[in-house]
Amino acid sequence: MNWDPLVLTFKLALVTTIVLFGLSLPIALWLSNTRSRSKPVVEALVSMPLVLPPTVLGFYFLIAFSPGNTFGSWLNEWLGLKLVFSFTGLVIASIIYSLPFMVHPIQSGLASLPESLREASYLMGKSKYETLSKVILPNIKPSLLTGIVLAFAHTVGEFGVVLMIGGSIPGETKVASIAIYEEVEALNYGAANFYSGVLFVITFCILLLVYLVNGGYVKRFWK
Amino acid sequence: MISIVAQKKLNAAGGSMLLDLDIKVEQGQLVTLYGESGAGKTSTLRILAGLLKPDTGQIVVNQKNWFDSNQNINVKPQARNIGFVFQDYALFPHMTVIENLNFAAGRKNGNHVEHLLELMELGNLKNQKPRTLSGGQQQRVALARALAQQPKILLLDEPLSALDVEIRKKLQKYLLQVHQEYRLTTILVSHDLEEISKLSDWVFEMKQGELIRSGTPQELFSNPKIQENFSVSGEILSIEPKESQVELKLWVQHNEVRILCSKKEAENLKVGDHIVIATNDFRPKIYKGPNYRF
Repeated sequence: MNWDPLVLTFKLALVTTIVLFGLSLPIALWLSNTRSRSKPVVEALVSMPLVLPPTVLGFYFLIAFSPGNTFGSWLNEWLGLKLVFSFTGLVIASIIYSLPFMVHPIQSGLASLPESLREASYLMGKSKYETLSKVILPNIKPSLLTGIVLAFAHTVGEFGVVLMIGGSIPGETKVASIAIYEEVEALNYGAANFYSGVLFVITFCILLLVYLVNGGYVKRFWK
Repeated sequence: MISIVAQKKLNAAGGSMLLDLDIKVEQGQLVTLYGESGAGKTSTLRILAGLLKPDTGQIVVNQKNWFDSNQNINVKPQARNIGFVFQDYALFPHMTVIENLNFAAGRKNGNHVEHLLELMELGNLKNQKPRTLSGGQQQRVALARALAQQPKILLLDEPLSALDVEIRKKLQKYLLQVHQEYRLTTILVSHDLEEISKLSDWVFEMKQGELIRSGTPQELFSNPKIQENFSVSGEILSIEPKESQVELKLWVQHNEVRILCSKKEAENLKVGDHIVIATNDFRPKIYKGPNYRF
């Protein structure tokens, strides 16, 4: 059996989730604090991938990153980045595609914290950074975990965006969902079943773990 | 000495309101802000703490400028060293009692936190998380935590309002004790006349963002004309006509009391009003013991 598509899928999901976490935290913090008029616009943009067909996103990425036009050729010449049909391109597309799945849980976690916790910490002389790391983040751990897992799982499950922008280059952009599609097209049901089964079991285990942790079952068990 | 002269436009539930403050508090005093809800009492505390920025004005504390709209000075809350007891206590849920106190104390710790735990009788609760504590216990933790950073100024936003009478009395005792022991300047927001009379040196009464009266509790809450006689103050809970008279149900010092008055007396009264009932032709019944029940 060829494990490459599965390994690639989880590598993509891991890289995407790590970058996305660093990116989403400031966005969620900004959204939960701001009174700016541009907030609804930013919220709408963040949520777009929830509604748009992945092929639409994929199509625009393909156009934007194509070396045939200005932005694509600028990326290629100045940064040496080739984003079409490459792993890096997949990561960037996945980040945009899974953005709401990371931002929304963190944002709602932040919104559910009383303002007075932050204010109390400021009055104790703690800086914004210390307040964030020692008061705010530890109190929204379930939201952070939910965001991380949803973003990871959503990236594992993506198909349309990858197909449009990544194609199906073995070891580079051929992720499990694409491999399954191709095996079915070629009537290799055995191989398709193998990839599908592995994805099925792993995603179930990940989600189960989240619900166990967030539901407090793990803590109770250890006590 | 604290001096606040500040104006701030607030957006309250019933439209916007101008908060117009001119408050002076001497060092070591325990001062109460009193008034209806929505009068701007909490906002006043928040302005002093630096959590709310006034539109114009000046705040000077011990000759230091904390806020000056003309010179564009606004000292951050972090640098004001104020102990603040929030209405919801704002205890950090993920930390135990002692972790809450240690976090507030920071580097200034030493024996201070231990002493506070002892003073507030929190020793055997110190390893518990706030959500496992009762309201009164949480309140004690909040007060201890506000003192852990060794502030010069202590602000309390209606901390005792949610508690029952017994615990309230005990906490009032703690509050007076720490106020004196740590030589604090304390500003308290309270509705409770009995509490105010017991605790405070000076009262500012606020109404719709303005200071309408200030004075000692005795000056403010007892009518000088009838002071030699017996009088108690209370809040009207209900007004019911009874034949030719009117029955008032009052809340007086944590007890429900019914009295009769004439229709004419009841004309200007409404539920929620604070009134004084006094008599100069009096033959009271006397019972021994503080907790006598009828």
